[in-house]
This record gives sequence, C-alpha cells and structure tokens, in this order.
Amino acid sequence: MSQLAKVPSTTKVARKRKWRGDNGWGYAFIAVALVVFAMFTAYPVVSAFIISFQEYRPLGSVFIGFENYVNTFSDALFWKSIRNTIVYTVLTVPFTLFLSFAVAILILPLKKRTQTAFKAIYYLPAVASGVALSVVWLWIFDPMPSGILNKLLHVFGLSNMNWLGASSTAMFSLVLMAWLSSHGTSIIIYLAALLGIDESYYEAADLDGANFLKKLWYIVIPFLKPTTLFLLVTGVIGSFQVFQNAYLMTGGGPDNATTMVGLLIFNNAFKYFEFGKAAAQSLILAAIIASISFIQFKFFGKNIEY
Amino acid sequence: MALYKKYTGKKAVKYTRNTTIIILLLLFAIATIFPIYFMIISSFGDPVEAGALDYSLWPKKISFESYKFFFDYSEHSYRWLLNSLIVAGSVTASNVIFATLAGYAFSKIRFKGRTVLFSVLLCAMMIPYQVTQVPLYILIVNIFQIENTYRALIMPGLVTVYNIFLTKQFMSSIPTEIIECAKVEGCNQFQIFIKVIVPLSKTVMAVTAILTFMDSWNTFFWPFLVTNTMDMQTIQVGLKNFRFANTTYFAPMMAGATISALPMFILFFSLQKYFLEGVTVGAVKG
Repeated sequence: MSQLAKVPSTTKVARKRKWRGDNGWGYAFIAVALVVFAMFTAYPVVSAFIISFQEYRPLGSVFIGFENYVNTFSDALFWKSIRNTIVYTVLTVPFTLFLSFAVAILILPLKKRTQTAFKAIYYLPAVASGVALSVVWLWIFDPMPSGILNKLLHVFGLSNMNWLGASSTAMFSLVLMAWLSSHGTSIIIYLAALLGIDESYYEAADLDGANFLKKLWYIVIPFLKPTTLFLLVTGVIGSFQVFQNAYLMTGGGPDNATTMVGLLIFNNAFKYFEFGKAAAQSLILAAIIASISFIQFKFFGKNIEY
Repeated sequence: MALYKKYTGKKAVKYTRNTTIIILLLLFAIATIFPIYFMIISSFGDPVEAGALDYSLWPKKISFESYKFFFDYSEHSYRWLLNSLIVAGSVTASNVIFATLAGYAFSKIRFKGRTVLFSVLLCAMMIPYQVTQVPLYILIVNIFQIENTYRALIMPGLVTVYNIFLTKQFMSSIPTEIIECAKVEGCNQFQIFIKVIVPLSKTVMAVTAILTFMDSWNTFFWPFLVTNTMDMQTIQVGLKNFRFANTTYFAPMMAGATISALPMFILFFSLQKYFLEGVTVGAVKG
C-alpha cells in the first residue's frame, strides 16, 4: 500500500519546491479539524489537569494542591470501584474474545451469503441504542417469578433470583448482558482477518499431514495475534470506561456492587458537583488505562510485525 | 478456506458437518437477538401496568396503543425524534466533509508538522472521555453559556479523530501517481480533492457517514448532560426520562425502546454492506 508513496517521482529540489507550495493547502484542509480538536479535546485535557488541583467553585476556584488525589487514594469507594471495574473487565473481555474467535472459525466454511446473514444477526445489538437495550434487559432481569430469565431458571429447576437487586448477582447480570450484546464487532474483525490468511499456508500444512487442530494452533492463532492484540487492547480500554450500563441498569447499586470507575467519576462530577475530585479521578483512570495498554503491548506484542 | 478438510466425494460427511455448525451458530444467534425480538413483540401489548404480568414470547395481539401511550407522555415526544435527526444529520455532514479533507491532507499532502500533528491526534484517541467531560461541560455551560441549544449538542462532535484516522487509512491506498498526474495537468489541491479524491473515496465517505450517524443517534451521555428541557432532548434522553417516570408500564417502555432503535435497524438493513465494511476498515492494520 504505502510502497507506491515512497517511490521518489521527482528530484529532491523539485520536491522541496512542491512542499512549500502545498504547505498552505495542507493547513487549510486540516484547519477545521484542528480548531475542533484544540477546543474540544486539547483544551479540556489541559483544563482537566488544572481543575484536578482545585476545589471548583463557580466564582473562582481555589487551588488546593494534591488534596483531590490524596483524598481519592484514601477513599474506600474509589478502590471498590477499581476492583469492580477489574472484575467486570476480566469477566467480559477475554470471554467475548474467545466467543468471537470460535464463532468466526465456525462461520468460515459456510457459503458467502450465509456468512453475511450471521454477521448481520450478531452485529444487530450494536446497532440498537444502549438506552433501548438497557430498557429491554431491565425487564429480562425482572426479579418476579414471571420474569423471562427466572422462567428459564425454573425450566432447569433452579429457584428465583433477584438479578439486579442483590449485590451477589448484580455484577454477573451486567456481565451476562455484555456477553450477549457486544461481540458483533469482534466477530466481523476476526472473520476479516481469517479470510486474509493465505491459502498456501494451509496447503503446506496439508502436505505435512496436519489436522484441523494443528492448523488452528500453528497457523491461525499466530496469524491472528495482531488482531487479538488489537481487540484485547481496545476491549480493555472500552471496558475500563464503562458507564452507561451501570448507570442505567443498577445506578451502581446495590451497595455499590456495580459502581465502576466511570460511574464514580460521573457521580462526583454531576451528582455532587465536585469537579476537582472528578478530574483527579479521571486522570488516574487515564494513567491506569495507559499503563495497562502499555503492558499488553509489551507482553503480547512480541514477534508482531505491523 | 482450506482450514477445514475438503471432504471431496464424501457429500454426506460435509453435509453433517455444515448442519452441525449452522445449528450451533443459530443457537448463539437466537441468544443474541432475543432481547431485540422480545422488545419488538412486547411493544404491541396493551399499555397496562405490569402487576402480575405474564410475559409472552409470542405476540397475542397487535395493538399500537402502547406507542400512542409513549407519544402521549410528553407533548415534545415527536420533537425528540426531530432533535435526534437534526443533531445526527449535522454531525454526520460535518464529519464527512472535514474528516475527508483532513484525512486526505494527512495521507497525501506534504506539509510541515504533518507527522507530529497526526501523532498528537492519535495519542488523544487513547484519552478516556471521562478526562474531557468535566472541562467540556464547564466550557459549554459556563464559558460559552450555550446549554440546552443545538450548538451545544453538535459542536463537540463536529469532526472526530477516529473519522480522520479512518479516512486517512483508506486514502493511503490511493496511488500517489494519480495525484501527481493531476498536478502536472495544472490542478491545485482543492481541484484534485474535488475531482480526483472524492470520486475515489465514496466508500469511505459512506462508511464514515453511516457510523457517525449511528453513533450520534444512539449517544446518550452528552445530550443528557447539556439539555435540561424536554423540548431540546434527543430520543435517547427522552426514552430514559420516560422509563424513570413510568417504571411499571412494560409495553409502552418497549414501544419507546423500539421507536428509538427502529430507525437504526432500517438504516442497518438497507445499508448493511457499509456497516459491516466500516467495522473492519479501522481495525485492519491495527
């Protein structure tokens, strides 16, 4: 792809002249994007740093040094929300990846039209709005014996559960919801990557008498490593920012069993209007996400060529 | 597709294998779309309070009373749909124009600081939105004082870094020779963009448009923060308020959820190809 761009088509001098001529066009083309970026991303990030060292007041904030950070680190609820977020991430991301991988492998031998039909079905929950899905799931988790999920339990002879209302099952309920509604994208990405593996590798493996599992282990898994890494990193990043489902389904309860960091920050900011504390916590979250991504690249990114 | 054995000559074996696979996939498919199915069929029920309600998995009757109940909840309920359409439409149009321009500039125009600027944008994608939410709220509400306006809903989303990245990825596959040729013919960069790049980039522009529209239509958080009267809310915020105000009305809630999701379903099934393509464009090449 990029090979073509690298071929020098003109001499150095001529190219230099063209550079100068294009400078203006380049800036003109990115001008709007840059202004929007500066105003609504860059400025807020800088501002978040400043706010995190202040106690926010509408008429002149007060500088309070590291107090917001110190308070956060000694706040039991903050640590609980971190733990909840980690539990949620560990339960959702790897399982979703495994499920998507398995489904993509199963879809592979089917006819093109059947493939597309399945892809469309699996992607459908991603098209529906999060609010709509939360409304539906709220009723699926109806704690009464007539609730859909409880009826399903009765079929297996299990007793009623107070899904979202009990601290022992609330987190699992959110996880279950994630399992069944957030795999569409990764299935499609895995399938695209699977279709990109060159036939000749399988043919060579066939000559060596490799069976299905051997091919899976020695060809498919290594080849899909960059895809897996991409999905893992983006999945973890997304999962650490989870806010909407916790806010709409449980409100963080019961007894803060489903209070994730994202929700905690939201509550501090827009329920208690402690902007300074919220800003400090959001920067801590950013640092955590950055270090986890870094570790993942270090740990799983070996031997991957981009 | 040689991951699987070919089974040449053994038709029966291949048939059994494929049937097993399809049954497995179908079971998972049912689990995936059950909530959506449940939402749609339940929306046709009567708008009665759920006392000892018995949920049915098959529609017993088709009644649109619950839809009427949802729209009657607020005099602005139709306005929510219009607001969502206005906001999502404007955000989509501006993203297609400005992300395509920026994506082209970053991939094909050589200007000073290009690499640095693009790296800054990429790094910014890593920042969780929680960091920007508080300052952004202060900026819109306290500094610009445009709370509860279309401007507040639209401006922060005018062009997203993700869309710039998406178009840039796509455009780096356009051969540079074409652009050089146009330049030799005497075209300036704007003419090249209009006459050469745009016709070649229709796919990525469609993908950008669709994904942006869907994102914007479905977004809840930002409209929820910056609107405070019913007439300025979007359908997602309206649905949330309806839910909290009518906690026991099962069928109308499902009707509301269906109303908020249906436009995207229609869009999805009519433009499926672009949706499914859009998912992979950004991901291939990590």
